[in-house]
Amino acid sequence: MIRLFKVKEKQKELAENANGGVPIKKQTAGELRLHKDISELNLPKSCAISFPNGKDDLMNFEVSIRPDEGYYFGGTFLFSFQVSPIYPHEAPKVKCKTKVYHPNIDLEGNVCLNILREDWKPVLNINTIIYGLYHLFTEPNYEDPLNHDAAAVLRDNPKMFESNVRRAMAGYHVLINPTRAANRETGLIKQQWLSSWCWQAMCFI
Amino acid sequence: MADAAPPSKSRDLDKLLLRPGNLVGPSFEPGVQLRDDLQEYAKVLVVGAGGLGCELLKDLALSGFKNLEVIDMDRIEVTNLNRQFLFRLEDVGKPKAEVAAKRVMERVSGVNIVPHFCRIEDKDIEFYSDFNIIALGLDSIEARSYINAVACSFLEYDSDDNPREETMKPMVDGGTEGFKGHARVIVPGVTPCFECTIWLFPPQVKFPLCTLAETPRNAAHCIEYAHLIKWDEVHSGKAFDPDNPDHMKWVYDEAVKRAELFGIQGVTYSLTQGVVKNIIPAIASTNAIISAACALETLKIASGCSKTLSNYLTYNGVEGLHTKVTEFVKDKDCLVCGPGVLVELDTTVTLQKFIDMLEEHPKLLMSKASITYRGKNLYMQAPPVLEEMTRSNLSLPLYDLMDKVPKDILHVTGTINKDNKKSSGLRKLRVIFKGIDGVTDMDMAGGA
Repeated sequence: MIRLFKVKEKQKELAENANGGVPIKKQTAGELRLHKDISELNLPKSCAISFPNGKDDLMNFEVSIRPDEGYYFGGTFLFSFQVSPIYPHEAPKVKCKTKVYHPNIDLEGNVCLNILREDWKPVLNINTIIYGLYHLFTEPNYEDPLNHDAAAVLRDNPKMFESNVRRAMAGYHVLINPTRAANRETGLIKQQWLSSWCWQAMCFI
Repeated sequence: MADAAPPSKSRDLDKLLLRPGNLVGPSFEPGVQLRDDLQEYAKVLVVGAGGLGCELLKDLALSGFKNLEVIDMDRIEVTNLNRQFLFRLEDVGKPKAEVAAKRVMERVSGVNIVPHFCRIEDKDIEFYSDFNIIALGLDSIEARSYINAVACSFLEYDSDDNPREETMKPMVDGGTEGFKGHARVIVPGVTPCFECTIWLFPPQVKFPLCTLAETPRNAAHCIEYAHLIKWDEVHSGKAFDPDNPDHMKWVYDEAVKRAELFGIQGVTYSLTQGVVKNIIPAIASTNAIISAACALETLKIASGCSKTLSNYLTYNGVEGLHTKVTEFVKDKDCLVCGPGVLVELDTTVTLQKFIDMLEEHPKLLMSKASITYRGKNLYMQAPPVLEEMTRSNLSLPLYDLMDKVPKDILHVTGTINKDNKKSSGLRKLRVIFKGIDGVTDMDMAGGA
């Protein structure tokens, strides 16, 4: 291609002023695929999506889920999505922004949903993930616990689990736990704290 | 002929460049002129000055290239020194690109290497346009994907959807993982681009979060627990930085505690780095072999002295040696390197009219189209919140929405109705506005 290089070198001097169609912003293949996913979203009434950075940033968005049945009926749970430029090679990073008493969601908002990690496939899409999240609320699963305590209660005493969820949902937004920072030091205390948190939530009702 | 040529420093190079051959490239013209032109006109960018990058710079300089530039955002670390042979202990902390350029220039006379100590995204498109060939010595999919998108953005097609040779920006990509490696040639428009074959990369191993939280079984589980769960719990809001040694040490210490709790062996600091940063130990000889293959391909593309690799070489030195060349094929609908569908429009056409036209266009037959242009969403069919935000664009001329450029690339998503079957599709369009000065001329110039 050396002849071409030579020709180009000479053309460059002539054409310094005539650069019309030089692209400025590159859209990654990931952004394009996400554009497709978003424009094809077909969400149930109980799920809503919003774009905090406006219409041109699809890579960061939020989804709120209001389960219309099950233990979590009546609650609203907000999730943040962060999509990488190499989407769909890599799954979006999803966090739960609402503090929730749930066997598969921990108090930091980490979500244990298989398709977000070990079972992610590029054929899956944003719609699938949102349905997966919705499913977590209609059918919480004690076999994949992130919140160990909640999982044990769900397994051993569904009635109590139900009332714990009710109490937590009524109290989570006013919950302030001053001992929390101190308890963080050891992982073991976390579970005790969780029980006290439920108890506190109950007091607020 | 070869005897008459004045001897050069590189006797072996002369054998390739001064003599005719049977396996040469299509436009190969052996001779002193070629050797001189190669030195004068070929400009090669080396992306990455790490394990592969050091080797590449040295190999290219010794292969007769005189105009090289290298870009890398990293500084030299102690752990680089075993294989990144251009660096010395006293260089630790200095920018890799600068030291690498300096060392090669000291050893190979006549070569000029310009270092760039910055991120690849920091450079504008003109920077990349200046090079004839881009050689990649990278370790991430993201960076490859970015450079690929940049290189493919220079590619133009004529009105018959044939790629125009003078707009092709060839890339040579190397990659290594331990004893395994690959070298590939990407000529946008001719060979598959990086995005056509992104499925070649195996998915990253990700452990289920609940395993990390509940039932860790190995050292990696303990490390990932500290990295993904414990970090957030303790440092609420503060992002983990894998390049910060204090952060890494913290994760290591937590992982050790967790491993003790569950009676698990094998958590070490280097394993922690490996798991968190997804690092597989690099082997110097693999880098040397892969880089040699890449440098040779670069020389072949530039000079035509031999047919180029078509198009993907894999090397495996785990047990004995296995190497194989596979010819992958282009994805004709590739959004990055494909021609896209050519659409000619009047400057008065509104976005709504344009969307209606897509439905009738024989190559598209796309209904309910959503349109995106260089990261701006011009119209979104769904979800309702975005539809509402973009609805007002429908009555505006597309020409105005595209900042009055005479021609550019658009992407559309919608339902494709072909043979009475509906499927969803994402398509690239080459939009040309009629009657804008310069457009026709530019096309003709390209064909000549």
